[in-house]
Amino acid sequence: MPDLLEVKGLTASYGATQVLFDIDFRLAQGEITAILGANGAGKTTTLRAICQAVKTGGSVLFDGQQLVGKSTESVVRLGVAQVPDGRGTFTALSVEDNLKLGAYVRKDRAGIAQDIEKAYTRFPRLKERRNQQAGTLSGGEQQMLAISRALMLRPRLLLLDEPSFGLAPLIVAEIFRIMRRINEEEKVSMLLVEQNANIALDVAHHAYLLETGRIAVSGPSAQIKNDETIRRVYLGY
Amino acid sequence: MEAFLHQIFAGIATGGIYASVALALVMIYQSTHHINFAQGEMAMFSTFIAWWLIQVGMPYWVAFFLTIGISFVGGLVIQRTILKPVEKAPVLTNVIVFIGLLVIFNSVAGWVFDHTIKPFPTPFPKGSFIESKYFSAHEIGTIVVMLCVLAVLFSFLRFTPVGLAMRAAAQNPESARLVGIRVSWMLGIGWGLAAAIGAVAGMMIAPIVFLEPNMFSGILLYGFAAALLGGIDNPWGAVIGGFIVGVLENILGAYVIGTELKLSVALVLIVVTLTLKPNGLFGKAVVTRV
Repeated sequence: MPDLLEVKGLTASYGATQVLFDIDFRLAQGEITAILGANGAGKTTTLRAICQAVKTGGSVLFDGQQLVGKSTESVVRLGVAQVPDGRGTFTALSVEDNLKLGAYVRKDRAGIAQDIEKAYTRFPRLKERRNQQAGTLSGGEQQMLAISRALMLRPRLLLLDEPSFGLAPLIVAEIFRIMRRINEEEKVSMLLVEQNANIALDVAHHAYLLETGRIAVSGPSAQIKNDETIRRVYLGY
Repeated sequence: MEAFLHQIFAGIATGGIYASVALALVMIYQSTHHINFAQGEMAMFSTFIAWWLIQVGMPYWVAFFLTIGISFVGGLVIQRTILKPVEKAPVLTNVIVFIGLLVIFNSVAGWVFDHTIKPFPTPFPKGSFIESKYFSAHEIGTIVVMLCVLAVLFSFLRFTPVGLAMRAAAQNPESARLVGIRVSWMLGIGWGLAAAIGAVAGMMIAPIVFLEPNMFSGILLYGFAAALLGGIDNPWGAVIGGFIVGVLENILGAYVIGTELKLSVALVLIVVTLTLKPNGLFGKAVVTRV
């Protein structure tokens, strides 16, 4: 499989503080890649750097196109959707308006209506609450909405920032099951950032371990999962 | 009694104008959290453009719509060229820019069109069919035009994709960028709409207060009072606030404090609102669950 995303020498900084140092990784078309690491390792910043929502250097090639230097809006328009940290819900708008906004850059009305229905079949809870203010949803429902909103773009690459954060284990399991199904059935490639290494390694094909802004270890998920030393040193379980 | 009713109706007509000035302020406040102090002078300048277009022989309604178009583009261009560079600057920087714009528009209007007071025509002359017992034709016309403006604006924000994107960008700019909305342009469109609404308000009030560079200094104050009273983050509140301020001003001016002190009604309202109910009557609380 050719690489959909190829990151080389990526650096990122907030003002004078550099957070990422020379990060290299790749994501093959159709795969799920996980970036694991502790709090403050630079996971969220990595996603923000791909979307150009933070000052970046180095190279980020998406399907051969250089993303560094583009605006966030232009990156999104190339087909990169993000489920941001904290879910990014438009809290005062209805669930359905949130979904419509996900398809803002698309012009095919019929396709958009179809995809909204698809989101409702995927997460029936959202259908029940379609006219409700999104801010009144529970944490799990908001995460479902965030994922559905991102999928409304019909993205080629989906960036997920800690989808398990703050959710009950049962809901986390449900969300990850649906993510895997989306990956398998709709061939959406995913870059997943997680603190919960266990569940992320179950769903991902490849994984990278991030430690204070640098890649420490990388390899196929199964290999990392079974390596006792890596588990103890970096993942702490 | 009849005179009293007439005062109320006249108040509703000017209230419609305050409502739209308040609405223009809210449009910009919602998306940037800044109060555009130059809003009134921009509206005054638009009105001068309309006057000039009519002067060179254009029919009223052609000049009316052309002015709205010019004002929209003007507002957009001002945001793109003057405010975009200070988008991320502190509030005070923006306030200085607004005051700068205010002074510039005021002086340029005086320089180009001079300071003499000019009459401005009304498209609803005395004796036209819409005149009634309590309303002058211009009052009814003003109310109708203002209601049309509100209807167009609200349907634009509620039913069009760009309107939805504008609301999203105002609420959560970062998320809006992540769905591909060009947030900075949404601010530009917001400025264009605010300028266009201001232009309509200017053309409607000019036949009453006459046209001159300082015509909006008082009206803007009423607009502030209306926006604050209704809730500066709530467009509907601003509209209702506008009508309340209009009626209150007229009644108090006619029966209680006299016309000389009318403007202090606005100031008192601003102070009272800010001390007793800082969110205004209809400032809505966003429900969130974490």
